[in-house]
Amino acid sequence: MPDKRQVTIDGNEAAAYVALRVNEVAAIYPITPSSTMGELLDEWTAAGKTNIWGTVPLVQEMQSEAGAAGTVHGALQRGALTTTFTASQGLLLMIPNMYKIAGELTATVFHVAARSVAAQALSIFGDQSDVMAVRATGFALLASSNVQEVMDFALIAQAATLESRVPFLHFFDGFRTSHEINKIEQLSDDQIRAMIDDDLVLAHRRRALTPDDPVIRGTAQNPDVFFQAREAVNPFYERCPGIVAKAMEKFQKLTGRSYRLFDYYGPPDARRLVVIIGSGAQAVQDTVDTLNEAGEKVGLLKVRLYRPFSAEHFLNAIPGSVRKIAVLDRTKEPGSIGEPLYLDVVNVIYESRQEGHFRELPAVIGGRYGLSSKEFTPAMIKGVFDELKKEQPRNHFTIGIDDDLTHTSLPYDPEFTIESASGVRAIFYGLGADGTVSANKSSIKIIGENTGNYVQGYFVYDSKKSGSMTVSHLRFGPKPIHSTYLVTRANFVGCHQFMFLESHDVLEKLDEGGIFLLNAPYGKDEVWDRIPQHVQRTIIGKKLQFYVIDAYQVAHKSGMQGRINTIMQTCFFAISGILPREEAIQAIKTMIEKAYGKKGEEVVRMNYEAVDHTLAHLHKVDYPQKVTSNILRKPVVPARAPEFVQTVTAPMMACRGDELPVSALPADGTYPVGTAKWEKRNIAQDIPVWDPQVCIQCGKCVAVCPHSVIRTKIYAHGLLKEAPSAFLSIPCKDKEFGGQNYTIQVAPEDCTGCGICVDVCPAKNKTETRLKAINMTPQAPVLEQEKANWEFFESLPDIDRRLVKHSSIRGIQSLQPLFEFSGACAACGETPYIKLATQLFGDRMIVANATGCSSIYGGNLPTTPWTKNKDGRGPAWSNSLFEDNAEFGLGFSVALTKQKQYALELLRKLELDVGSALVREIADARQTDEAEIFEQRERVELLKAKIVKNKSAEARHLLSLADTLVKKSVWIIGGDGWAYDIGFGGLDHVLANGADVNILVLDTEVYSNTGGQMSKATPRAAVAKFAAAGKKVGKKDLARMAMTYEHVYVANVALGAKDEHTLKAFIEAERYEGPSLIIAYSHCIAHGIDMTAGMQIQKEAVMCGYWPLFRYNPQLLKEGKNPMVLDSPEPKFPFKDYAYKQNRFKMLVKTDPEEAKRLIRLAQDDVLRRWQTYRAMADAGPGVPASGQPTKN
Amino acid sequence: MDLTTTYLGMKLKNPLVASASPLSESVENIVKLEDKGIAAVVMHSLFEEQLVREARELDRHLVSGTESYAESLSYFPEPREFVVGPEEYLDHIRKAKQRVKVPLIASLNGCSSGGWTKYARNLQEAGADALELNIYFLATRADVAGADIEEEYLRILKSVKENVRIPVAVKMNPFFSSLAHMARRLDQAGADALVLFNRFYQPDIDLETLDVVPNIILSTPQAMRLPMRWIAILHGRLKADLAATGGIHTAEDVLKMLMAGADATMLCSTLLRNGLDHIGVILEGMERWMQEHEYTCVRQMQGSMSQKSCADPAAFERANYMKALQTYRKSF
Repeated sequence: MPDKRQVTIDGNEAAAYVALRVNEVAAIYPITPSSTMGELLDEWTAAGKTNIWGTVPLVQEMQSEAGAAGTVHGALQRGALTTTFTASQGLLLMIPNMYKIAGELTATVFHVAARSVAAQALSIFGDQSDVMAVRATGFALLASSNVQEVMDFALIAQAATLESRVPFLHFFDGFRTSHEINKIEQLSDDQIRAMIDDDLVLAHRRRALTPDDPVIRGTAQNPDVFFQAREAVNPFYERCPGIVAKAMEKFQKLTGRSYRLFDYYGPPDARRLVVIIGSGAQAVQDTVDTLNEAGEKVGLLKVRLYRPFSAEHFLNAIPGSVRKIAVLDRTKEPGSIGEPLYLDVVNVIYESRQEGHFRELPAVIGGRYGLSSKEFTPAMIKGVFDELKKEQPRNHFTIGIDDDLTHTSLPYDPEFTIESASGVRAIFYGLGADGTVSANKSSIKIIGENTGNYVQGYFVYDSKKSGSMTVSHLRFGPKPIHSTYLVTRANFVGCHQFMFLESHDVLEKLDEGGIFLLNAPYGKDEVWDRIPQHVQRTIIGKKLQFYVIDAYQVAHKSGMQGRINTIMQTCFFAISGILPREEAIQAIKTMIEKAYGKKGEEVVRMNYEAVDHTLAHLHKVDYPQKVTSNILRKPVVPARAPEFVQTVTAPMMACRGDELPVSALPADGTYPVGTAKWEKRNIAQDIPVWDPQVCIQCGKCVAVCPHSVIRTKIYAHGLLKEAPSAFLSIPCKDKEFGGQNYTIQVAPEDCTGCGICVDVCPAKNKTETRLKAINMTPQAPVLEQEKANWEFFESLPDIDRRLVKHSSIRGIQSLQPLFEFSGACAACGETPYIKLATQLFGDRMIVANATGCSSIYGGNLPTTPWTKNKDGRGPAWSNSLFEDNAEFGLGFSVALTKQKQYALELLRKLELDVGSALVREIADARQTDEAEIFEQRERVELLKAKIVKNKSAEARHLLSLADTLVKKSVWIIGGDGWAYDIGFGGLDHVLANGADVNILVLDTEVYSNTGGQMSKATPRAAVAKFAAAGKKVGKKDLARMAMTYEHVYVANVALGAKDEHTLKAFIEAERYEGPSLIIAYSHCIAHGIDMTAGMQIQKEAVMCGYWPLFRYNPQLLKEGKNPMVLDSPEPKFPFKDYAYKQNRFKMLVKTDPEEAKRLIRLAQDDVLRRWQTYRAMADAGPGVPASGQPTKN
Repeated sequence: MDLTTTYLGMKLKNPLVASASPLSESVENIVKLEDKGIAAVVMHSLFEEQLVREARELDRHLVSGTESYAESLSYFPEPREFVVGPEEYLDHIRKAKQRVKVPLIASLNGCSSGGWTKYARNLQEAGADALELNIYFLATRADVAGADIEEEYLRILKSVKENVRIPVAVKMNPFFSSLAHMARRLDQAGADALVLFNRFYQPDIDLETLDVVPNIILSTPQAMRLPMRWIAILHGRLKADLAATGGIHTAEDVLKMLMAGADATMLCSTLLRNGLDHIGVILEGMERWMQEHEYTCVRQMQGSMSQKSCADPAAFERANYMKALQTYRKSF
């Protein structure tokens, strides 16, 4: 009897559910959007969940996908049932092993949430360019197109791989399927067991390497036999499609769900056909129904098993009536004659001409769609079918974009929709922090589990980590939901943040007569006049049912601290009527108990209270039938913004990037800097406001501000004549700037309101000690005033860099940061370090940035925080990959070295034209401080002026390289995931190489960007993803490893503990003519801390001895001195006093108290042992200089 | 020499009870306390407020930053269950009970109406021999009358008494307008003992940072005067036992408290300062003094210097204030 247990889950969970049950080992590494699969396996195995043979699988995190693939290969060779999960670049890193695994006919299933491969830019979103890049490896490629299929095919793949011995790559579209929540039938253990033949498992194990019956595998073969041996696998590939088909038949008997290698959908006499792989097939299926109901003859062929490609099964699936075929590929192969599926189909059709399958050979066209999760809608699908009607349909087309460059795009009517009129189609606009998505996920589960309705939830997030907008798309209805695209027509819209009304058209998709629920800080009688004009007009025009609630007031009453999830969820159920009100409230409470019960009664009570308070505050608005508001939508960017920002960046900022044509976008991925300042996000509730009378002008607030929104300037008093009346200014306290004025100013629209500046401010108001020199104040009342102040502040001249004392935080505070207003988390611990580097060296920096948080807040469109100064100079920045960043940066360095060398050679050749004195001055220039660099720039400008009119080859080359004669500063920046794990091999090589590069490791001790997975930087006793049971071993001591080379400058810094030490380390590192490594403690949201107090936690990390501050300077070694200088005191208190202020450590106490005690003791030992080691190094006697003779210290 | 006494209906081998302190946070320390001669141990307090705060913080940190950015929809693994609530504390009592024979008195500081009774039952089930209610209202609100505060104390006591069968002591503070009256009301409401007195946390000011800072100061011998006076006044007027806490550092201090009328004397600061061997020092000192002064048992002296029994009852009252001041002047 088939088990019909229904669950509401996403695609990743569906795959992981099966993977856990049919494997013994998983080797994993995080990469979006597949990370969740590995995380779930880690959590489930930590909780003791077993596979179908009753044993808990072993989960092994690796240092990279290449490492994971190697471990998978090894485990398979030892006969363990082994899997892995990956995507995109991760899959590409597995390719070498995939060839080996397939070449050795090894049964395994890799589960892939298919994602774009980085080309002109990285994209975390879904397409099949990664999967298509591995089609030559010999892996079978099996595609799922919805969440149900993910679970089903995960099992079918496992059954088929064991029988065929061909390894399988089971894939589904990243985000669209991996993250879509849907109601599916869950496979039972009995069904899984019935599909897996234990004899095949034993056969797999028998092929294992064992010294008890030794063989060798992985030989080197020669021209005589390699070719023949390669052909020996043919029978396995020939049998494979049949084995998959057989497994699908068996599966149907067990579950009732029927699949074929190629599933045809449509009438038997279809004339036009779309062939497609993956989630897009769902939308095509619904469109086919609609078009056929209108009398058309169209069909769909879903490709399930793409490799090995069975021409026979393909042809058998297609009706002979088909005359025209459009093949849709979700990938791009520049320079090819067509994309892979298209080429395969053309080939099969061509080869079929002898067999007479078709009455006449159909025409085949191919096109691209949906790259990087680009929407793929019924409107577009209809566009493709319409194109097929033409006598000469456009081949090699694109659909869904406007290609005004090479004119590949097909036209379509965007208004065409097949959105079902039945059921609920809802869109919710929320902020990341307000809990909107959680509430919707909960609602989906409630409806999925308490009603007969089918459900679907899909969530769209923006590119910022703080203050980001989320849009939830929910569908509920009596029929299975195949709509693999965003809700195109809604009958319910919830706007959970009042401010979105001005910046977004939230009612655009709402049907006439639909329900509009607004969270507003106004009552039902006041709200109408507070909403913008265009919103009023739409409400009246569409005759909307308008409801309002002040959810934040209810949240405050219930102690929910800004989380309005359960409140808005209650409103949704109360208004939508999808469940009887009382029943819905009971279901919400049951869900609350289920979700929060484990966190304690208090959390449950709070949420219950919120539910109970909600209905009394929810009101229907009786609005007038006329527009009364004077509030208008603001322009996205001001008119003075540069043209590129106006035409390209602004539409992206306004969520209208889909409308940009191909010609608008740079072809090579090159974008202007300095664009973040145009994106006024206004996300702070409170901003810091300066009190000049209390301020001691120390500059600490400027140093710690993660978003560079708090700035100082020192300027002539006379400039204040033009100042706005509210502009604050006071005489500068520094002697060097005597007679000049000083101002601290905040950029009010760019501030995130994190409060970290106020937290570190050391100056207290003498009469009211709760106040400091800067104080958080509600933004709204001071916004206009502070905007005017900021504008004036920006117009004040920047300080002459030569006059600034670079050795103190106080001194450098007024140096312009060339990294500003990033989308990093509020109170981010990484960005202050980057900002500091740009203040010091920004006008001559070139940055190689590893993939991770810093590449996202640094380079995720629409804008970038990297910027330039008034002279047009600033950091040049690029991100290559995750794993190769050190090598990438070394590339900058070797190129610069060579270019400078060549420039000097040319300079000498042109000595007669340039003049000997200038040549000598340029060649011999010291460039160790701002003044010297300034002078060199002047000389190089003079040189350029002298040769600009010289048309000789030497002069032209020298002109193009002259700027390399001014010192450049190569920075290699990345997180611990890169430096300690995936990029360590390269990092080590670059350190060993001796090149003059500066490596900044922003050490958050986890993979922050992908959601906090363990790295080798994670401390012992901390909980992280992939270390759900607490990390058992200590943090890798990267600094000490680097010191072993003895020519690497190494510093361990923590800005919050000793800012001047950080500054000193940055300056020394940059000045050192060799590799420098700065390891910077970066507090992180993944630590589970109060981020506002991040700098205090840094201080405690140092004071307890966990994070000793030191500098290892090989320059001292050359001078015969001890290179190691320890800059922090003996541990002052136990490690646990620091650790247990952070959820990452505390969590283990709450899940496994005994283990927490054991690990925290060991972690304390780690701290003391490391401290003693560094102490001993610092206390050691004189070093041995380069000459080999010991010298006195 | 008979040092036995009766407190909360339990016969104690001597009057020395370890009061609630960090010492009882480790089972090993509780075993040591027993080995060194302590007669009963009051466990460190179970603070409901702390449990509530921890649950809230756990929730906050687990959801903070989640569902905001597509690559990091959460930052922590999602365990099946957490050990939240009093389980760890209860487990601690269970473990300690298995290791020692001396009575263990659980200490409870609730903050919600349901919390007091629920946790009291939990503590009883975990094996606590008695319960000490650490009722701790710092009456800072000007709109709340003293009478309301008193009623709240009584309400808590009654509800706990209705829910447990083990004896219940109330740790009082001295800031009632009529302490004797309040003591009588608690007595009438069923308190099996009154513990005099609770010391409120006294914050300090850091002159450098201009912060109000926690600054726990261990008690000095002078602190015992306050409880000693009130024990002397209350002795013999209540059914409830009286325990003295605060400032008891030496054998002499213990003897004075017993004479004032204490049924038990609680030690804390002196053990933290002098180590657990100091228990033996105090016991020896008591025996030596009793021998020298020909006392055979503690009961002989208990209450002998109380207001009821002493020669000069007025010495414990206000008049004495004037006299003391005059004495003070004379010394100059």
